[in-house]
Amino acid sequence: MYGYSGKILHIDLTNRKTWVEQKPEEWYKIYIGGISMAARLCWENIEVGCDPLSPGNPICIANGVFAGTPVPVGGKWGLACKSPLTGFMGDSLSGSWFTIALKRAGWDGIVIHGASPDWVYVLIDDDRVEFRSATRLLGMNTFETEEAIREEMNDDQVRSATIGVAGEKQVLFANVTNDGRQAGRTGHGAVWGSKKVKAVAVRGTQGIRVADPETLLKLSFNIVDAAQGPHTQKYRILGTVSNVLNMNRLGLLPTRNYQQGVFEHAELISGEHLHDHHHVKTLACAQCPIGCEQMSRAVTGPYVGAMSGIEYESLYAVSSNCGIGEMEAAIKAIDICDKGGMDTMSAGVTISWAMETFERGIFTKEDFKCKKYPEGFDANFGSNEALVTLAEMIRDREGIGDLLALGTRKASAKVDEERGTETYKWAMNIKGLECPGYDARALKTFAVGLATGTRGACHNRSAAYDPDIQGEVNRFTVDDTRGRVARESEEYAAVYDTLPLCKFIRRCFTGKADRAGAWPSIAQLVNATTGWNLGYDDIDLMGERAHTIKKAFNIREGWTRADDHLPYRWMNEALKEGASAGYMVTSEELEYMKDLYYEAKGWTKEGLIPKEKLIALGMPDIAEEIGV
Amino acid sequence: MPTSTSKYRYVTCDATKCVGCQLCEYICSYAKTGEFNTYRSRIRTVRAQEILVTAVTCRTCEDAPCVIACPRDSLTQDALTGIIHIDAGRCDGCTWCIEACDFGAISINPGTKLAEICDQCEDLEEGPQCVKWCPKEALELTTPDQRAQEARRKLAIQEVIGAR
Repeated sequence: MYGYSGKILHIDLTNRKTWVEQKPEEWYKIYIGGISMAARLCWENIEVGCDPLSPGNPICIANGVFAGTPVPVGGKWGLACKSPLTGFMGDSLSGSWFTIALKRAGWDGIVIHGASPDWVYVLIDDDRVEFRSATRLLGMNTFETEEAIREEMNDDQVRSATIGVAGEKQVLFANVTNDGRQAGRTGHGAVWGSKKVKAVAVRGTQGIRVADPETLLKLSFNIVDAAQGPHTQKYRILGTVSNVLNMNRLGLLPTRNYQQGVFEHAELISGEHLHDHHHVKTLACAQCPIGCEQMSRAVTGPYVGAMSGIEYESLYAVSSNCGIGEMEAAIKAIDICDKGGMDTMSAGVTISWAMETFERGIFTKEDFKCKKYPEGFDANFGSNEALVTLAEMIRDREGIGDLLALGTRKASAKVDEERGTETYKWAMNIKGLECPGYDARALKTFAVGLATGTRGACHNRSAAYDPDIQGEVNRFTVDDTRGRVARESEEYAAVYDTLPLCKFIRRCFTGKADRAGAWPSIAQLVNATTGWNLGYDDIDLMGERAHTIKKAFNIREGWTRADDHLPYRWMNEALKEGASAGYMVTSEELEYMKDLYYEAKGWTKEGLIPKEKLIALGMPDIAEEIGV
Repeated sequence: MPTSTSKYRYVTCDATKCVGCQLCEYICSYAKTGEFNTYRSRIRTVRAQEILVTAVTCRTCEDAPCVIACPRDSLTQDALTGIIHIDAGRCDGCTWCIEACDFGAISINPGTKLAEICDQCEDLEEGPQCVKWCPKEALELTTPDQRAQEARRKLAIQEVIGAR
């Protein structure tokens, strides 16, 4: 087999055992890599119905087809487990050298079972596995942990995926970090923490064999070249933060916990402002010729020196969404999240929920007592210090941080039960995962995409904001095309997440972000790597398969149609100002679009998957278990 | 920081342009070994701190210390290009050259256990593959004097029109 080793490494933390599983080429042809393969490994290895923080929930890691080759933006890996935030499939992606080291070590994927009695880090040194004590790494941030392991191994080529303090303390939206990038959402860090795994470190020294290296080089070089042109300009110059002013103009920039879609200080938190005043360096992920990470530093005030890579989805969550119009505070909050190892989006949206709860008089100053402020503090929207302190308190699970570490769904349920309140009405999550930086009240296709999303409110999995914003459909209204459009955008995104390739390369094949341009080129890349003979349809099918395996996982964990919901606010309070004023998603609209979507997917009205469908996709064993 | 005083050309990296993608390492390892393995690259990217990334390879020093250090005289320097040649028949992998190099540019091939160093792809007409592939044009085949001229030019522009 080219491009794959055919081997999955199983690691049992409880019994300190390892074994190797050989997978046939046919299995790879169905599950490919990235989130698809990780989700499949999770399907095969999880104890069905288990508590996500129990030993029965495995850590599943899958490389991609292109990791370790010069194929641009192919250095990404998939991570899957049952999410402690949602109770459903938690799948994340990250770009990094970790996956390349893992591939060079000769593994296509890893499954980590059980739980360790003591804190360990797992060292994979080519085909040798070692459980090493992580006691001295405890309390270290994600960067320090990576450095400490490299020093311990005396080799700067050792690459690690680590958790920070938030993961150690099992903050439910803690994440996994490698080389400054995060497998960010759905709380993998908490699962690693529950298993007492501080890091997985890899040294891989073998070369990667591909079927036709000369063709692969030629194809790759052309894409590298195209990636320096106008198709990636947005990402290279300003980065994703260029979205701030666009979203504000469209009236979709989440502001003060999604109470508004327009922020009066948007200029001050814009990508342009960031670039002019805070930018220090542009960085790239592994084997990426684009380079979109805009490393930025706080330059004045109490947070001076804080530095992190600033992305739009991090920025909206901790700035406009918390009423914060100062970049210094936003950079500091993101820095705390990145170094502490937690999801900036869930952290920001949970903090904004706490701020609104405070402004409505349910939380009082008393509730915010901590070491730094023994008398408590006022957690108003727009308070820099409240934002920063709350981020630290969540990371350390100090005071009210212990409650906020549960995310908006569980935290609001707890408060509502204890105090008889209705804070769930402004808990902005879907299936427990906090909402992204686009207000879906005036993005109707995106609304159904998010509601039906297998991992909850995720803009990366449903790319349906694109047809809405680009004007391919009327974003304010609902019509009978939306089921098809939502399906197409989610499966389009899933192809990239499966290979995986970063979606920022999507226009570099022919100039257009569509299937017609990209799939034939991607097929050529896969064929040159693996020696297979895939065509347009095979690439297209990857998206449907990847999405189906995750959906099947959710069904087996007890998913029902009622789980495909939107936050209360999006369905009951219309936006009041700006270009999207007057819009929300009504219950009729949502249910109608869900019907359309399930129909477009070829599922039953209840959203279940027919047996024939699963068999046709090459998943007979899944058909047996959950097909109807 | 030691500096090369070379009159020869070498592959240099502009750290302000480098984004740390490591494509140079893939291409180098493929050009030299026929497989993709950054462990075998003769140019190495370095991420010293969060935002400090660059790539380093042989700087073709004059009176190269590695050549002097070799106890078996297996290293020689091309008088015209400054490129270091390693005679695999004589090298026994003692690593003295590695210790002598201020730039960490020499490594041991894990298979043969012999020393390896950048040869600027002198066998290829289009020159160093890393330079050809670098997406950010951070890598350049240049001399210290050319670098100095560019630095002076940049400074002049900056002083006159305040451009970055």
